[in-house]
Amino acid sequence: MTPTAFIAAAITTRPVVVTGGRHHELAVVLFALVVVITLAITLWVGRRGQAAEDFYAGGRDFGPLQNGIALSGDYLSAASFLGVTGLIALYGYDGMLYSIGFLVAWLVVLMWVAELVRNTGRYTLADVLATRMRERPVRAAAGSASVVVTLLYLIAQMVGAGSLVALLLGTTGAAAKTWTIVAVGALMIIYVTVGGMRATTWIQIVKAMMLMIGAVLLTVWVLVHFQGDLGELMHAAARSSGAGDRYLEPGLKYGGSVTDRLDFVSLGLALVLGTAGLPHILSRFYTVPTARAARRSTVWAIGLVGAFYLMTIVLGLGATALVGSKAVKAANSAGNTAVPLLALNLGGGEGSTGGTLLFAVTSAIAFATILAVVAGLTLASSVSFAHDLYAQAFRRADRPAVTDRQEVVVARLAAVVIGGLAVVLSLFAQRLNVAFLVSLAFAVAASANLPTLLYSLFWRRFTTRGACWSTYGGLVPALVLVVFSPVVSGSRTAMFPGVDFHWFPLENPGLISIPLGFLLGWVGTVSGEERADPDKFAELEVRSLTGAGAV
Amino acid sequence: MPISDAHRSVVHPVQGAALAQHEVTGSPGPTPRQGHRFDWWSTPGKPDAAKRSARPRVGAARSAVPAQRSLQSPPRMPDPAFAEVYREVQQSDAFREIRRDYRRFVFPATAVFLGWYLGYVTAQAVAPDLMRTQLVGPFSVAWVLGLLQFVSTFLITWLYARNARSKRDRAALGLRWETQDQLR
Repeated sequence: MTPTAFIAAAITTRPVVVTGGRHHELAVVLFALVVVITLAITLWVGRRGQAAEDFYAGGRDFGPLQNGIALSGDYLSAASFLGVTGLIALYGYDGMLYSIGFLVAWLVVLMWVAELVRNTGRYTLADVLATRMRERPVRAAAGSASVVVTLLYLIAQMVGAGSLVALLLGTTGAAAKTWTIVAVGALMIIYVTVGGMRATTWIQIVKAMMLMIGAVLLTVWVLVHFQGDLGELMHAAARSSGAGDRYLEPGLKYGGSVTDRLDFVSLGLALVLGTAGLPHILSRFYTVPTARAARRSTVWAIGLVGAFYLMTIVLGLGATALVGSKAVKAANSAGNTAVPLLALNLGGGEGSTGGTLLFAVTSAIAFATILAVVAGLTLASSVSFAHDLYAQAFRRADRPAVTDRQEVVVARLAAVVIGGLAVVLSLFAQRLNVAFLVSLAFAVAASANLPTLLYSLFWRRFTTRGACWSTYGGLVPALVLVVFSPVVSGSRTAMFPGVDFHWFPLENPGLISIPLGFLLGWVGTVSGEERADPDKFAELEVRSLTGAGAV
Repeated sequence: MPISDAHRSVVHPVQGAALAQHEVTGSPGPTPRQGHRFDWWSTPGKPDAAKRSARPRVGAARSAVPAQRSLQSPPRMPDPAFAEVYREVQQSDAFREIRRDYRRFVFPATAVFLGWYLGYVTAQAVAPDLMRTQLVGPFSVAWVLGLLQFVSTFLITWLYARNARSKRDRAALGLRWETQDQLR
């Protein structure tokens, strides 16, 4: 399997269930509890403040620790909790590569993005660009790229959510998946329209704490089971994996062709550079009062995300050692149920009270994770639409400016529309290769958003033309290359398996589209007649590093 | 021209007019609540706390403006006086020092962590045999390098935070108030 299919495997699931019985009933009860708690948070928190500042940025009064936890909550989706752990369970060392890529990406966020974006923007990425560029074209470009990225990510999460929840509940029918997707969509629309950023942030905080507590609990349990002997854990995992020592060595997954390896490098690049361009991560930095608080929240997030990914290694190895690769694979060919199965086993196995309880709790955590992440994505996407596209890019010059009140109304409507759209697309996309959506979301973020952002912040001569070229120049090639990649046609696992019109060998476009985004930004700038305004750059530079005039 | 107290005390008439407009239209600048919130920056004992509290609080000044913050996006500041302030600050030694401190850490650190990460990823493809060599206990070279990626990420994060805290934060905050004073 190639790397992007790897990610797909992290969230798509095969409807094969070996476990069944009472632990699913308890899981249903806990799922309902999660829904009740999150709705209560939404209603309780959503009443406070209806201004744009509240809806978009949660009033900007979250502390660094709160926002750090929320950031980790936004980032650690079910793909991390269940997917990465499952991949480590199945492929040992090669699964760990994902944990590392996802973590290292945060250094880009910390050093290049967090403080500077907090200092210069108000609600979105396009705010930063609009400080020194002509407003309408850059908002149109950055706004569309943000909506595309979040929508792709959202569809991927929801398709994954459908099959995952169905799996955790022990139902495999198509109707169950459909209803799960509809229910998840309805919930996320309610969270966002009623609660805005403040409720979404609190939901992230609650979810992230549940996730961390659950992970710590299971990790400690596994370590106690092996008397703290990591070597014994690794050997036991290797023995139960069926691959022997190769399980602990690189190459179990990527021993293959040159294309496979290039594809892996491409994905690695997209992961490391894409995180800093993800709109739902960027918008989190506006929920704290200062750049310093933004930096401190990123430091907290790195600590939490790093600790979490370290625990996924123990959990993945533990699942293989205790449950066995064969059983993990039989329950779900992508390994997605490795953690719930591990919990079942640790609690005493099938039919025992402890096992039932732990399985249900783990499943409920996964469910909360899905709900929180889709809410964050819907919010980011509707904010980009209302604040960048509707209020600026779509507005004719002779029309009066859109007031904040109108903007928030539009953002709420956009959340309903985007949420509905995501539900419909996810229903149609159920058979679709989800890899293409997730890797594309990261690749588009890395090739369209990051070059534009970095050029704007650091390159004196960068112009509006360059900004548009780098945004569209990253967005369009990324989309085009994927259409002509083996993900869409010409392979057994493609979207359209019957036809073959692919000519691009890699599944992930990042290796080409990211450099292209940077290159076109440069070409667009130097080839244009327009000269950058040194005054505007002075303003942006001073504001980004000192915080002068920051909201 | 370096930023100085003398400079700040002279309110240029154009800037004064700009100030009036600035406040009514609601520009980027701390809201009253945020002005107040900056207090936790200046924890007691910091040497510049007294100096700053002696200066009129931006937040206090703002709260005197009865008009609610206009719900418009920030004005584009076409005012040449504003541009001049930013240009002056950009040229000032204080700002250059902040920028230098930032870049002197971030540029090399990025080169190090990106090179180290990409090198690690490439090594899987280029030198699989080396990566398989057993090193300590159950850990092969690949495992040790992988775990070191975690360590290096934490370490760089800590170093960056420490660098920013000790070198940039105070100077940046001081310059922020000075710049905002001039923009008023």
